[in-house]
Amino acid sequence: MTVASSSPPSRLPPGDTERVAPVREARARAHGDGALAALFIAPALLGFLVFLLWPTLRGIYLSFTRFNLLTPAEWVGLDNYDRMIHDPIFWDSLAVTVEYVVINIGVQTVAALAIAVLLQRLTQSALLRGIVLTPYLMSNVVAGLVWLWILDNQLGIGNEIISGLGFDRIPFLADETWAIPTIALINVWRHVGYTALLLFAGLQAIPNDMYEAARVDGASEWRMFWRITMPLLRPVLAVVLIMTVIGSFQVFDTVAVTTAGGPANATNVLQYYIYGSAFGRFQFGYASAMSVALLVVLSAITILQYRLTRAGRSDLG
Amino acid sequence: MADMAAVTTTPTSPPSARDTGRRFSFGRAAAWTAMGLIVLITLLPFYWILRTALSTNAGLSTDPANPLPVDFTGGGFARALGLQSAEEAIAQGGSGGGLDFWRYLLNSVIVSTLITGCQIFFSAMAAYAFARLRWRGRDKVFGLFLAGMMVPTIFTLLPNFVLIKQLHLVDSLLGIALPTLFMTPFAVFFLRQFFLNIPREVEEAALLDGAGKIKIFFRVVLPMASTPIITLGVLTYITSWNDYFWPLMVSYSDSSRVLTVALAIFRAQTPQTGTDWSGLMAATLIAALPMLVLFACFARRIVSSIGFTGIK
Repeated sequence: MTVASSSPPSRLPPGDTERVAPVREARARAHGDGALAALFIAPALLGFLVFLLWPTLRGIYLSFTRFNLLTPAEWVGLDNYDRMIHDPIFWDSLAVTVEYVVINIGVQTVAALAIAVLLQRLTQSALLRGIVLTPYLMSNVVAGLVWLWILDNQLGIGNEIISGLGFDRIPFLADETWAIPTIALINVWRHVGYTALLLFAGLQAIPNDMYEAARVDGASEWRMFWRITMPLLRPVLAVVLIMTVIGSFQVFDTVAVTTAGGPANATNVLQYYIYGSAFGRFQFGYASAMSVALLVVLSAITILQYRLTRAGRSDLG
Repeated sequence: MADMAAVTTTPTSPPSARDTGRRFSFGRAAAWTAMGLIVLITLLPFYWILRTALSTNAGLSTDPANPLPVDFTGGGFARALGLQSAEEAIAQGGSGGGLDFWRYLLNSVIVSTLITGCQIFFSAMAAYAFARLRWRGRDKVFGLFLAGMMVPTIFTLLPNFVLIKQLHLVDSLLGIALPTLFMTPFAVFFLRQFFLNIPREVEEAALLDGAGKIKIFFRVVLPMASTPIITLGVLTYITSWNDYFWPLMVSYSDSSRVLTVALAIFRAQTPQTGTDWSGLMAATLIAALPMLVLFACFARRIVSSIGFTGIK
C-alpha cells in the first residue's frame, strides 16, 4: 500500500515525464477523452465509492450508534466512546497489541536487516532470495497451525528438542507470559523474508563503488555497515518500519487459530476483541468505535511516515 | 499483515566483481553459517508439515522426535480430502467431521481467480485513464484514490460486512470477492506509475496508424506492461488465497467456505483423542501447495521485482 514504484532509479520520476510534454498535453486537452475516460474509470470508481469510501464513512457513523445488525442503528452520541474509555478489557487488549507490535517489529526489523545485508554482501543468488520469501506464500493460518504443532507441549518437535537438551518443556501458546512473544515470533517467521527483500531492494540503490573505495581504505565489513549501509538505507528503513508497524497492529489470524485470545485474555489483541464484540456479542456500534480508535492510531503512524520520508531523503539524492 | 505489496520492475543488478576472487576469511565463514541457519529455519517447518502428514497419529504420539514419517501412510491426506469413511477416520485419530477439502480448494480457486482477474483488469483501465487520458477532474479523483490508500483494509471490514448482508450476499463466493473485485488503490497507483513510464512515442505511432485509444490500451499498453501486471497478479492471487479474516466474516457453510477458513475449522474439530495432527498437516499442505507451485513458476521475475520507493 504505502510503497510502490515502477520507475527504475535511473529514469525520470513520473512527474517529469509529464512535464516534458506540455505542448502535446495542451493539444490533447482541446479534444479531451471525457467519454472514454468515464468508461475506463467507471468500474474502479464504483468499487472505490461503494467498498472503500462508503464503508469508511459508515464505519465512523456506526461508532456513534447502537447497532445489532437486526434492527436499524440507533444514534447514541458518544456513548460507545465513553464506554470504551472505561472498559478495562479495551485498555488491556490495546496493551497486549502494543506488546505484540514491539516484539514483532523489533525482532523482524533486526532479522530482516541482517538477512538483507547478508544477501547483498555475501551473494546475489536469486535462489536464496526465493527461499527466504517462501514463508510469505503461506497464509497466517497455515503458519499459525504449523508452529502450533511444532511448539505443542506434548508432541511438538520444538519441545522434544528442548526436553532432549535437558530443559523443562515450555507451554509456548498455553502460558500467559509466553503466548504473545510466541505469536509475535511466528509472524516474524512468515513476514521477515518479504521485509528483507524490501530492504534488499533499498540496498541495491547504494553504489558498489562506495564499498570498493572503503575496502581500498581498509575498512572492515562491520565498519562499512555502520558508515555506508545504515546512513544510506535510513529513509528506506523508516518507510518499511512504519509500513510493517501498521500491518502489525492489525494482527488477527494467527491469534484466532492458535490461542483464540487466551489464555485468560493474554492474547486478546485489539482486532480480536473488535471481532468478538461484533460477531460474538453483536455490538457493532461498540466494535466500530474501537475500530475508529485503531484507525486514529494507524493514521498517526501514517502521518509520521510521511514526515519521516520527507525529512529523510537519502543522501544519494 | 495488511496487503501492502510493494513491487517494482527494477531489475536487480547483476552479480558484481566483488563476489569474485574473494579469499577465505573467518567473517565470511560465519556469515555463510548464519545464512545457512536462516535457510534452515525458513524451510524446516515445510519439511515438518510433510513428515507429519505422512505419519499416523498413533505413530506421532509414540515417536514424536523421529525425523522421518512414522508408520508411513497416506491416511492424513485421505482424511483431509474426505476419502475416508467416518469410522475409518475416527479410528485413525480424525474427527470424522466430514470436511471436504476438494470443495474448499475449488472455492479458493474461484474466489482468488475472480478477484485477481477483475481487480487487475479494472485497475489497469483506471490506471490508464489516470496516466494517459485527458479529462476534467482527473487529478482530484486520483487524489481521492491516493487518500483511500491510507484507510487500512481492516477498518472497512465491519461496515463492508453490513453492506454485503444488506445485499443478501452473505455466505456466497461473490460476497467474498466483491469488496476487492473492482480495484485496490494500490493496484491503480502501481499500474499508473508504470503506464506513465511507457514512452508516448509508442502510443503516438499507433495513433498515426489509425488505432483508437481502446485498441492502443489492449494492443500496446497492456502487452508492454505484462511484467508488472504478472507480478501484481501473482501477489494479488497469493493475498486473496491467504485471506482469512474477511471470508471468516462472510462465509458460514460449505458452499462458500475457502481453504483458510476450513483449516481453522478442521483445527477446532479436535476429536476426543487429541488433535488430528496428521490430517491437519495434510490439509495445511493442500492449502499451501498451490501457492508454492504458482510462486515457483514466476519466482525469478517476482523476486527481482519486489522493490521499493516511497510515494512522492
